[in-house]
Amino acid sequence: MTLVLNEEQVMLRDAASGFLSEKATLSHLRAMRDSDGDLPYSTDVWLEMVEMGWAGIAIDEVHGGLGYGFKGLGILLEQTGRHLSASPLHSAISISATLIDKLGSEAQKAEMLNKISGGSFLATLGLQESEVHKPASICTKAEKTPGGFCLTGSKVMVMDLHACTQIIVIARTSGNSEDCSGLTAFMVSNEADGISTERTPMVDSRNYGRIKLLNVEVQDSAVLGEVDTAWDGLSATLDIANIGLAAELLGLSEEAFQRTVKYLQERKQFGNFIGSFQGLQHRAAEIFAELELCRSLVLKALHAIDQGSDELPLLASATKAKLCEVAQRATNEAIQMHGGIGMTDDYEIGFFIKRARVLQHIFGDYNYHLDRYALLSGF
Amino acid sequence: MAELEVFRHDVRSWLSENCPKSMREPVKGFEDFYSGGRDPEIVNPDQKVWCDRMAKRGWTVPHWPEKYGGGGLSSEEVNVLQQEMHAIGARRPLDSFGISMLGPAMLEFATEEQKLEHLPPICRGEIRWCQGYSEPNAGSDLASLQTKAEDNGDHFLINGQKIWTSYADQCDWIFCLVRTDSSGTKHEGISFVLFDMHQPGVTVRPIKLISGSSPFCETYFDNARAEKRNLVGETGKGWTIAKYLLTYERAMISGFGTVQGKSLGDSAISAFGKDHSGRISNGILRQTIAQYQLDAMAFSATMSRVGEEVTAGQGLGAASSIFKYYGTELNKRRNELNLAVGGESALGWEGQAYNEGIVARDWLRSKGNSIEGGTSEVQLNIVAKRVLGLPSE
Repeated sequence: MTLVLNEEQVMLRDAASGFLSEKATLSHLRAMRDSDGDLPYSTDVWLEMVEMGWAGIAIDEVHGGLGYGFKGLGILLEQTGRHLSASPLHSAISISATLIDKLGSEAQKAEMLNKISGGSFLATLGLQESEVHKPASICTKAEKTPGGFCLTGSKVMVMDLHACTQIIVIARTSGNSEDCSGLTAFMVSNEADGISTERTPMVDSRNYGRIKLLNVEVQDSAVLGEVDTAWDGLSATLDIANIGLAAELLGLSEEAFQRTVKYLQERKQFGNFIGSFQGLQHRAAEIFAELELCRSLVLKALHAIDQGSDELPLLASATKAKLCEVAQRATNEAIQMHGGIGMTDDYEIGFFIKRARVLQHIFGDYNYHLDRYALLSGF
Repeated sequence: MAELEVFRHDVRSWLSENCPKSMREPVKGFEDFYSGGRDPEIVNPDQKVWCDRMAKRGWTVPHWPEKYGGGGLSSEEVNVLQQEMHAIGARRPLDSFGISMLGPAMLEFATEEQKLEHLPPICRGEIRWCQGYSEPNAGSDLASLQTKAEDNGDHFLINGQKIWTSYADQCDWIFCLVRTDSSGTKHEGISFVLFDMHQPGVTVRPIKLISGSSPFCETYFDNARAEKRNLVGETGKGWTIAKYLLTYERAMISGFGTVQGKSLGDSAISAFGKDHSGRISNGILRQTIAQYQLDAMAFSATMSRVGEEVTAGQGLGAASSIFKYYGTELNKRRNELNLAVGGESALGWEGQAYNEGIVARDWLRSKGNSIEGGTSEVQLNIVAKRVLGLPSE
């Protein structure tokens, strides 16, 4: 069985949904947005998630995790999409813990993964430098110094920056911008001398950040794994992270769609329920079909991560591209079919389209991934 | 597990001895499919040899019970048989509506006597069946059909006209929807009857399609005779059977969407060339191909997922309701891309250089996929009403 959930996974899904619908709902997100605080999510709720083992769900048991695999993490992310729950599950877990696992030495893994599983350590990835996702286009420089490195450059779209104590900075130690080789990952404290951070709230009401590094000194031990060779691990991490983002997009799109169908069943115009009009029925039925395809791809991709499949890069791009396409369509139609009320901030449907576009953007949108999918398919 | 391996060993050695060489060659066109019948169309005598040998073991329909002519195999054993056939490139020995549509409906609704009479000849490829559903004024609105069946003691007298009757000119029997009562709503009063096509009251006229072929016919009944023992289910309750059978017809047609030929990407590179990074040099065509291929992959994953859900005992989920719609639309998209990539060579109609126009003819034929067996629009209506619960006007 690869594309259906087993009993344990169904229980996990239901438990997650129950928890999130009480503790981390859209109303909580709205309140956080309107309170103007620094934190991108509720720390108390995150600690409860850690208690339930969510931080270590995909981390192996040797490193204090649950060893449930990425299917488990995907199930949680889908539910956070459904409820629009804010948490560091992408930044610290799906992305940073995976990168540490792919690149770190045994000692680094033992130290950091155990802490991540236990909830006492959060790191986030500093990768992107320009408007769009170009993962090899790294200008941030790390120059060798006696006993360490000196980092200068800048990063944007750093997720949950203000909740994390460490940033994994991808910097160039050799080669030219656009080269895949010559990249190194550094563990940098967000309080290091020469680092300045800026909170950048985005359209989805979560907090991201920009970082400027000016001659930031780090020791040799700050290198995650080996110098110059971060690309393969980074690339594999991005594949996994994109599948995680796709899982959240799936939950988000299905919820937005279900709310829309409910509205079609209740709203009357011209003396009829608008859901009785064939023009709307067919558009809704087409989205239903597309969402069923999305669910299959997300499950297939999550399974491929856990199997260590060679097809992972292709499947990751296929899944992210498809989810971006369908999430965009489903959320656009959600606004249109809700009519005027869908345009109001009081009504909740607008939160879905906003979150969708940010998730679509992070680590490559439809255009990026359809292109990569075609390249990996040989054309 | 060990038993299954013994079975696999038996299957493998039996196939290697019994599957004729020419039946291990890839199917080139529709004429290479064998459908049996009293006077079968045969392009190669090995077709009948292969079918007869497989039928003797019940392996033309391996999952049906042995007493009805099937192989009585478990689903694991059927998988093994299919894998072993696939391994040597063996063709399916028999393809017919009897197997894909009538059989499943009869297994569900017919009496024991009826099953014993009609199913074994289907398995042996002796009787070829056609489907009497659509009428000139009952297409998408199938239930408004008017072909009349009049009670005449031990039999019905059938009068009326069917259309789009696939291969009626080559078939021996018909499973036919008829109106036995017109006093109630249109869904009431429909009955499901079986009768012989070789009788004076039946006239068949093939219809030539835009693709140049004539797979469909107009079929006229003028006092045709159907024995009462060949009424399946109760009189006037045929609509339930009709709908049940349609799910099998749709499953068959939606399978067209998963056909894999030569990669469109490769063909496009040979036709258009590629840039220094290996991308098809026409970026617009490249995106269309990539999107098609992505959707085809997602569709095939969805078919697998629904299969797994059934195996896991979760029943046939709502996702299956999209198969007919999505599969046929995909097939049309693929055929349009074949034209875009093939260019001049895809537009040829006759002659060896164009392989007798196979690309163009398949393209034209694919337009019917989203019409036959319930149009795409009807499929979307069904999803909207039954799955999404959207209200009727």
